[in-house]
Amino acid sequence: MSQENHNENMGAAHISTKNYIIGFVLAVVLTLVSFGLVMTDVVSKGTAVIGLFVAAVLQMLVHLHYFLHLDRSSEQRWNVIALAFTAILLFVFVAGTIWVMYTLNSRMM
Amino acid sequence: MNTEITNMDAAKAREMEHAHHMEMKTFGFWIYLMSDLVIFSVLFATFATHGHNYAGGPGPKDLFDIPYLFVETMFLLISSVTYGFSMVAMQNNNKKMVLTGLVITFLLGLGFVSMEIHEFYGMIMEGSGPDRSGFLSSFFTLVATHGTHVTFGLLWMAVMIIQVVKKGFTDGVRSRLMRLSLFWHFLDIVWVGVFTVVYLLGML
Repeated sequence: MSQENHNENMGAAHISTKNYIIGFVLAVVLTLVSFGLVMTDVVSKGTAVIGLFVAAVLQMLVHLHYFLHLDRSSEQRWNVIALAFTAILLFVFVAGTIWVMYTLNSRMM
Repeated sequence: MNTEITNMDAAKAREMEHAHHMEMKTFGFWIYLMSDLVIFSVLFATFATHGHNYAGGPGPKDLFDIPYLFVETMFLLISSVTYGFSMVAMQNNNKKMVLTGLVITFLLGLGFVSMEIHEFYGMIMEGSGPDRSGFLSSFFTLVATHGTHVTFGLLWMAVMIIQVVKKGFTDGVRSRLMRLSLFWHFLDIVWVGVFTVVYLLGML
């Protein structure tokens, strides 16, 4: 069995060192941005909060693409659908919890 | 001649079925990871609602050390990349490189867990344990759940190092290494959420 066949058997796309290095560099840059926002006083607190969330979401996308090899190919379709469904659940859980708990007082009056 | 063709077709069919089986295994593990993500999301939600209940006790600024956190974060991030290098080496059937990558990944992961235990130990010793306040209860639950996952990942990795040495790259070993890869990268993604929401937001 040739090497190429073997990789197909594992249901895995071809992975390369280059992708990991690109992902690593992007992740380090985004981590430095996050830590920089907190350790320096360049921007206001409100901007820093938004910056932190943007950097975190971007870094998660970098990890998903370069480390977990998630893309729009047909082999990955069901993985992406499962992830998208989970993302909806997460939104309901987290946003719902925060919404309910932070407005508890006003709605109990 | 005819039987030869039939045999070839049968072999091809077996191979395809085999591939399908492997794909299903990987997908099943992916579904597990998604359910794990649900657990983490609930712990994040709990932290979001309890994170400011200090009960007169210490807050994030009294407890967290940003440079320490940065080193921890880098350990986990670099370990993700070294695991990736291992997977590339597996693709090329380079056993020595795979083992080197796995051992380095293991040591970096061990460094991460050790730093976390050291941090927790220091906090508990100075009276800032999980029983101190709502903030600390939710902090320890969330961060330690992640740490426990990493610890079990290390156990799994130790087993895989032994299997690669003893069995070589059998289909089973390959497929288990693939799933550990998903698990390990997944934990790094969760850590991005942890250091952002728990540590850095708290320090602002």
